[in-house]
Amino acid sequence: MSVASDAGTSPSTAPTVWPQLERLLPLISKPIQYVGGELGATVKDWDTASVRWALMYPDAYEVGLPNQGVQILYEVLNELPDVLAERTYAVWPDLEKLMREHGVPQFTVDSHRPVGAFDLLGVSFSTELGYTNLLTALHLAGIPLSAVDRGAGDPVVVAGGHAAFNPEPIAEFIDAAVLGDGEEAVLEITEIVRRWKAEGSPGGRDELLLRLARTESVYVPRFYDVDYLPDGRIQRVVPNRPDVPFRVHKRTTMDLDAWPYPKKPLVPLAETVHERYAVEIFRGCTRGCRFCQAGMITRPVRERSITTVGQMVAEGLEFSGFREVGLLSLSSADHSEIGDICSGLATAYEGSNVSLSLPSTRVDAFNITLAEELSRGGRRTGLTFAPEGGSERIRRVINKMVSEEDLIRTVVTAYTHGWRQVKLYFMCGLPTETDDDVVQIARLAHEVIKAGRQATGSKDIRCTVSIGGFVPKPHTPFQWAPMSSPEVIDNRLRLLKQAINSDRSLGRAIGYRYHDGQPSLIEGLLARGDRRVGAVIRRVWEQGGRFDGWSEHFSYQRWIDAATEVLPAFGVDLDWYTTREREELEVLPWDHLDSGLDKDWLWKDWQDALSEYEQDDCRWTPCFDCGVCPSMDTEIQIGPSGRTMLPLTPVSGNGLRVPAEAR
Amino acid sequence: MTPKRQPEANQEPVVQRIRIRYAKRGPLRFTSHRDFARAFERAVQRAGVPIAYSQGFTPHPRISYASAAPTGTGSEAEYLEVGLRAVVDPDDLVKALDAALSPGLDVLEAVEARGGALAERIDASHWRIELPGTDPEAVDRAVAAFEATAEVPVSRLTKQGTRTFDARGPVVRISAAAAPSEGDGRTCAILDLVVRQVTPTVRPDDVLSGLRVVADLELPVPPRAIRLAQGSLTAQGELVDPLFADRDGAASGAPPV
Repeated sequence: MSVASDAGTSPSTAPTVWPQLERLLPLISKPIQYVGGELGATVKDWDTASVRWALMYPDAYEVGLPNQGVQILYEVLNELPDVLAERTYAVWPDLEKLMREHGVPQFTVDSHRPVGAFDLLGVSFSTELGYTNLLTALHLAGIPLSAVDRGAGDPVVVAGGHAAFNPEPIAEFIDAAVLGDGEEAVLEITEIVRRWKAEGSPGGRDELLLRLARTESVYVPRFYDVDYLPDGRIQRVVPNRPDVPFRVHKRTTMDLDAWPYPKKPLVPLAETVHERYAVEIFRGCTRGCRFCQAGMITRPVRERSITTVGQMVAEGLEFSGFREVGLLSLSSADHSEIGDICSGLATAYEGSNVSLSLPSTRVDAFNITLAEELSRGGRRTGLTFAPEGGSERIRRVINKMVSEEDLIRTVVTAYTHGWRQVKLYFMCGLPTETDDDVVQIARLAHEVIKAGRQATGSKDIRCTVSIGGFVPKPHTPFQWAPMSSPEVIDNRLRLLKQAINSDRSLGRAIGYRYHDGQPSLIEGLLARGDRRVGAVIRRVWEQGGRFDGWSEHFSYQRWIDAATEVLPAFGVDLDWYTTREREELEVLPWDHLDSGLDKDWLWKDWQDALSEYEQDDCRWTPCFDCGVCPSMDTEIQIGPSGRTMLPLTPVSGNGLRVPAEAR
Repeated sequence: MTPKRQPEANQEPVVQRIRIRYAKRGPLRFTSHRDFARAFERAVQRAGVPIAYSQGFTPHPRISYASAAPTGTGSEAEYLEVGLRAVVDPDDLVKALDAALSPGLDVLEAVEARGGALAERIDASHWRIELPGTDPEAVDRAVAAFEATAEVPVSRLTKQGTRTFDARGPVVRISAAAAPSEGDGRTCAILDLVVRQVTPTVRPDDVLSGLRVVADLELPVPPRAIRLAQGSLTAQGELVDPLFADRDGAASGAPPV
């Protein structure tokens, strides 16, 4: 293509900061992440846009760029003729320092405009550990940290993503939060802003926020007051004005075939964590794993049909040039037509050097059948099974229904089908967990290796045991559960390591990966925190806290110090938020935010967990009354559709796609 | 036991090799070589180029790079070679690949390879280096001092640690002029430089370090370097186009800038 004009001309309202930024880029690492210019990126005319969104993923570009949520909203918004959406990501400390020295504000990567000049700043939080990065971005943008200090010229800061289901810890810093699916929500918000601006912005910022709040699906924290009991618990959360709803409801996009995004995936120039065309094959999950917030808050299950999946993959690959396809969902092997999807894609791309992957962690032989089908083209992807808990008892507590016998049989099947290595994923710190539950993981891994060696007659098989730290999340049956202290977690991880290596022959065949307990405790503080935790976040940020999801940047001590400094004034402390068990009648900070789940059902499921009683999946067994479908007026949408994947048009001649009008 | 799987030799053979000149321009000069290589592999897919693959468990597209301008420097003259499993018209290949790459990564010309190795036809680089905010006379003096010195040791941090090497010896030609900057249009010093490619490579940055060593030349803002040409150096100090030997009035895309 022709030479890019260096960022071009721009109106005085939001001049590009490219000339200033360009001089800083030679001085920092990986400058390409701040340059933009990706395939799929859109730069629209600033002046003619009536609503302008800056979309932020509050982590480094390499993590943020592949994020599906931001890509979808970016494309949906930019398809509107009078709307402009640009992206911004967290800048690394080396650039942050230079930006402060040279007065360069937080900018978008698309046309390098100052974030402060946009109408809206939408921030997608997949994890609570991005909160400090939000503060950095606001501060660099020149936007007051506290929403109440913002004026007419400041963007409306809107939080979304899974963490927005409890935005209370960042309530002070955001103007609004949207719960649930974003596709339709951003359009509704855009329309409200468009109309309000066209009317001459009547009533200022307050009126705009009020109009958003009246939709009943946008939460505006400033319109709600929180009262506390003398012992520190919440007494109630109530609207402080008569015209806003008592509860705010999540959004659910029902027909995924009507929203086949991303159509034009962003193709980064920089190296990122995922370099593939990802298509969400269904949304929601009803397996009912009690630790899984995603599974709880995204109900009901809504499948994308086999024909839409096939078409999206074909067009996505053609547009992007990616050679890898990920069929994403919370449990991809559960799609009602997954077998036909896999064989259809494997046939379509056989011999094309495209690799297909199905990130499913289901522990059964069907998973292996699918993986074999997908690797027909030659490239074999890794296999991960997630029993999550080491003992049958703890698996009943978390509702991950897999017997030890099934697990061993499944892994051995993988070995006999040619996989020499499998990954087993577990959690540590689960409710009611004992040392023994964790040490059982070692025994299970030993059994897997023994059985695998016997079945294959080979010593050349391995498994990797990967341990994640459990964090209780809002809107799950474990929202009342006490966390274990990092000392307890770290001791269990040590015991597990000893147990794995207690047999040297077997231990050599087992890899062991884990994270220590400290970051999980802080994630737990942020996940189940209330508005008082905002003061801790602010203090940590002031003390230099950045990129808390990165072990090399995370400082446990900084969080401990800030919590110790700030929380006693409220009569609470870090333990109160983390290792304390909540009671049934306690008002939880997110009770006024409606994920559709019935709180009584969640409590009952929590009691079932404690009595080790399992719950079936409503996709295959009768409704178990979690409450989502009736309260949200939704229903499960699954196939099989009975349709088949359309064959791809074969490429004729040498296949070269020469543009008609070469530039 | 299941025998270890050996991949079948199922990839189609190479029937045509094409050599390509491309540019890294504007903001996309901040792509590293790895960034460019990933983008190019995807462009090959998007453009429907009948690329050939290597054999083995993880087949790789047959693309070999003859050069890699440092991250942050622009270039009008980078070279690579692709192996194809079907014959294409080099002109069409230029158009298809250029349309498939981001603006700023621009495919300029392509010729069918006639043998020989591309890398052997490249032993020197011609650079244009803008020094925004500098006094052209001070730069003139520094250049004169640099030229008058037989050896100018400079240091650079590499993956192996700090290395010290001579930045003067490989410099075949260096001169300074005053001209408007391509960045902000203001007059500044512009270096014209021809450097022989040796190991370790003497980059524009190293020559600028050399000017600092011999004449304390400090740069108020980072320089903007552009590689104008690469090729083999003649006795007269000129560069011979590395595609010259493959060309017979062959395809050429956008003219060099």
